[in-house]
Amino acid sequence: MINGRCSACKYLRRKCPLDCIFSPYFPSNDPERFSCVHKIYGSSNVGKMLQQLPVHLRAAAADCLCYEARCRIQDPVYGCVGIISLLYQQIHSAENQLAETKAEIAVLAVNKNFQI
Amino acid sequence: MASSSSYNSPCAACKFLRRKCLPGCIFAPYFPPEEPQKFANVHKIFGASNVTKLLNELLPHQREDAVNSLAYEAEARVRDPVYGCVGAISFLQRQVQRLQKELDAANADLIRYACNEIPTALPAPPVTSSIQHMAPRQRPGDQFNSRIGNEGGFYQPSGSMPLHYNFPWNDNPTGDPAETQRGIFSMAFGT
Repeated sequence: MINGRCSACKYLRRKCPLDCIFSPYFPSNDPERFSCVHKIYGSSNVGKMLQQLPVHLRAAAADCLCYEARCRIQDPVYGCVGIISLLYQQIHSAENQLAETKAEIAVLAVNKNFQI
Repeated sequence: MASSSSYNSPCAACKFLRRKCLPGCIFAPYFPPEEPQKFANVHKIFGASNVTKLLNELLPHQREDAVNSLAYEAEARVRDPVYGCVGAISFLQRQVQRLQKELDAANADLIRYACNEIPTALPAPPVTSSIQHMAPRQRPGDQFNSRIGNEGGFYQPSGSMPLHYNFPWNDNPTGDPAETQRGIFSMAFGT
């Protein structure tokens, strides 16, 4: 960053180099974003994960890490796995309802044929 | 819950970290030596000290679920280093929306059948009959007639975690990575 440190380097109290791995994804105007990922993953793990990705995929990865970190802070037991679990329940319930509805339609169709 | 902090069986964490597995090891109940990959993934993504801190902030009866959910997230992230669990959330939300549409269509068909609007395979009789028109049935649990799905907020877990999950969210039907990314962000972040 030319004009100042990114939020990661501010948090870590270090100089922000020109090729800082964090600065494109952790701007200084959003300090909470880095503090969440730092709390859950640690800065060196986040740095390693981003380094291992092609540059064009790092922004998406940083966003997903932030999302998951925030989920984990909100729900320290289940994190975003709680959301996955709930979605599975919704899918299961919807599939059951769909099967029931289709069965009802089939019964009505058969009854109609017998009435004639 | 396996306890392996015995003198001849270090837990998977202590084996990985190459240290003595002491009685009272915080990892031992949740990382049995038979599952080395579980701790390896968790260590790779979260780090041992972060996991220790997380577990120490929880009550003992919460820790097993917490470790299992961390292991789940870590495995998801190892398999999909870009999207991790968010890819799963996006995939499942697409399924929920697809099912919602199917359910809406099926309910509409049901109502039409009930109101005698759908033609049958056999021709209608020439004389009018005193067929009673059925009112649309009100079924309990009709919550899926209203919109369902995640608008990007956080959910409170209402039950136990899925026991097994085979990460199908990388199965993009069109095979277009750009579609995966657009879909994931519009679904998961509500953008």
